Amino acid sequence: MPIKYPSARAGLDGASGDTTAPVADKPGVNPESAEVAGLDALELGPRRDKGALGKRVWRSAWPKFLAIAIVLLIWQIAVWSEWKPIYVLPSPATVFTDLGNVITTGDFWDGVRVTMTRAFTGFLLAVVIGTVIGALVSQFAPLRAAIGSLITGLQTMPSIMWFPLAILLFQLSESAILFVVVLGAAPSVANGLISGIDYVPRTWLRVGQVLGMRGFAKYRHLILPASLPSFISGLKQGWAFSWRSLMAGELLVIVPGALSIGVRMQQARDLSDSSLVICYIIVVLVIGILIDVLFNAADNQLRKRWGLLS
Amino acid sequence: MSLLDQKTEAVVRLESVSKSYGDLLALDRVSLTVRQGEFVCLLGASGCGKSTLLSLVAGLDGITGGTLDIGGRKVSLMFQEAALFPWLSVRGNVELPLRLQGVSRPERRKRAEELLDIVRLRDFGDKRPHELSGGMRQRVALARALAQDADILLMDEPFGALDAMTRDILHDELERIWREQDLTVLFVTHNVREAVRLGDRVILLSSRPGRVIEDYPIAHERPRRIDSPEVSGQAAEITDRLRAEVARHAH
Repeated sequence: MPIKYPSARAGLDGASGDTTAPVADKPGVNPESAEVAGLDALELGPRRDKGALGKRVWRSAWPKFLAIAIVLLIWQIAVWSEWKPIYVLPSPATVFTDLGNVITTGDFWDGVRVTMTRAFTGFLLAVVIGTVIGALVSQFAPLRAAIGSLITGLQTMPSIMWFPLAILLFQLSESAILFVVVLGAAPSVANGLISGIDYVPRTWLRVGQVLGMRGFAKYRHLILPASLPSFISGLKQGWAFSWRSLMAGELLVIVPGALSIGVRMQQARDLSDSSLVICYIIVVLVIGILIDVLFNAADNQLRKRWGLLS
Repeated sequence: MSLLDQKTEAVVRLESVSKSYGDLLALDRVSLTVRQGEFVCLLGASGCGKSTLLSLVAGLDGITGGTLDIGGRKVSLMFQEAALFPWLSVRGNVELPLRLQGVSRPERRKRAEELLDIVRLRDFGDKRPHELSGGMRQRVALARALAQDADILLMDEPFGALDAMTRDILHDELERIWREQDLTVLFVTHNVREAVRLGDRVILLSSRPGRVIEDYPIAHERPRRIDSPEVSGQAAEITDRLRAEVARHAH
C-alpha cells in the first residue's frame, strides 16, 4: 500500500504514542530531558511496514517458479522436437514420475544419508582445519608470506585433480573422498577468516585497545565477531567446493557397500536409464539449493543485526 | 571556582612532553596540568597534534621526551565515531567494559541500566546500534566510556560529526553528566565556541609542531549557552588568536 504523505504519517505515529519513546513515561519532568527525548523521537523516524509475511514470500518466490517453468518448457519443447530419441532424453513428465517413485523408497534415503554424512563430515573437518590455518596465517606474518598465496592457489585447483593421488594414498575408501573434500573446502574457509580479520575496521581495534582488550579476550570479544560476515561467506563458498568435490568423488571412488547418490547415479548410467540419471541430477541440485538457502538465511540474519540490510 | 581548582589534586601532568614521528615533530615541549573535576578543552587548527596528545595520555602511544604523569589513573577515550560493535545490543556494548573487568552478569546488567539512564537511553537497551541516530550512538559511546569507571575521560572531537542542533543538546547533556558524575574531562576540538561553551579552561595549541600558546580560563556562569554573548565574545577573542596562528603558516 503506497503511503501518500510520509511526513504526515510520521507525525501521526509520533502522536499516537509510540510506547517505547521515553517522552511518554515522564511527561514534562524538565525541559532538558524533553528536548533530548524529542530529538531522539524525531531522528528515529517512523517504523516502516514491510507488508504481510505471505505477500513477502510470494514476492520472492514467483520469479523462481517462473524460471523453473521456463526451463521445463524448453525441455518439453526439446522432447517434442524429437531432437534425441525419447529413451535418451525423456520428457519432464516421465522424469518427475520416476523421481516420485524413487524418493518414496527407503533405499534412496539410505543413499542420501550416506552422501550427506560424507558431506557434513568433510565440511566440518574442512571448517576446523581451515579456521585453524586461517587464524595462524592472519596472526603470523612469516606464515602468511609462506603459504598465503598457496591457499588461494589451492582454492582455484579443480578438486578432481586430487583423486588419482587420493586413490593411490587411501585406495578406494571413505578417506580418499574425505581427503579431496577437505582439500577443496578448507582453503575457502581459511581465506574467509583471513580476509575477515584483515578488514576489521581500525576504529574498532582502537576501541579494543582503549577498553584494554588483550590476547584471548581481544579475539573473543573483537576479532572473531568482527570477522564473522567474511567468515560466513568463506563457509558458504567452502560448502560449495566440498559439495562439488564430493559429487566428483562419488562418481570416481566407488566404495564397496556404500550406495551413495553418486553410486546410484553411476548405476543408472550403466543401465542407460536417462530418466533416473536426470532424477539424481535434480536431487543433487535441490540439496545444493537447500543448503545454500540455509547459509543465506544465516547471512541475512547477521546483516540485519548489523544494520547492513534495510 | 578557580580558588577551589587550585586546591584539588592534579590528575594529569605533562611536563615538556615531546612527540615525534621520525623527523616530524608533532608535539614540542607541551606542559599541561588537569586537576580533579576539571573540564579542559584542547583547541587548535589542523596539525596541532591534539589527537596525538590524547593518544599519549591514553597510553596508546609512547612519548618521545619529557614527563607524562597520570599517577596510574585509569583513562577512557571517546572518538568522533561512536564505534559501537554491531554484533552487540546497545546494552551489550555498554556492558562490554564491565565484562572485560570480570563483573558478574546481574551486577553488569544493573550497572548498564544505570549508565543508560544517565545518558537518557533507558528504553533503548535492546536496540541495535544501527537503529539509533548519530547523537544517540554517541551517548551510548559515552555510557560505554563511563562503564570503564575511569578517572579521566578523554574526548576526541566527540561531536564533530553531528548536526548543530544535536551537538547543542549533547553539550547540555555532557555538562550535566560531568557535573553529576564528578568527571575529569580532557576534550579535544577545533570548534572555538564549543570549547568556550564547555571548558573550565581552553588550551590553545599552535600547529606544526604543537605547542601550548595560550591557556584561557573560562569563568562564565554555568549552565552556559553556545549562543550567549559571553561565550560568543570570548570565542571571538580566541578565534582571532587562532587565526593569527594559522596565518603564520602562510609562507
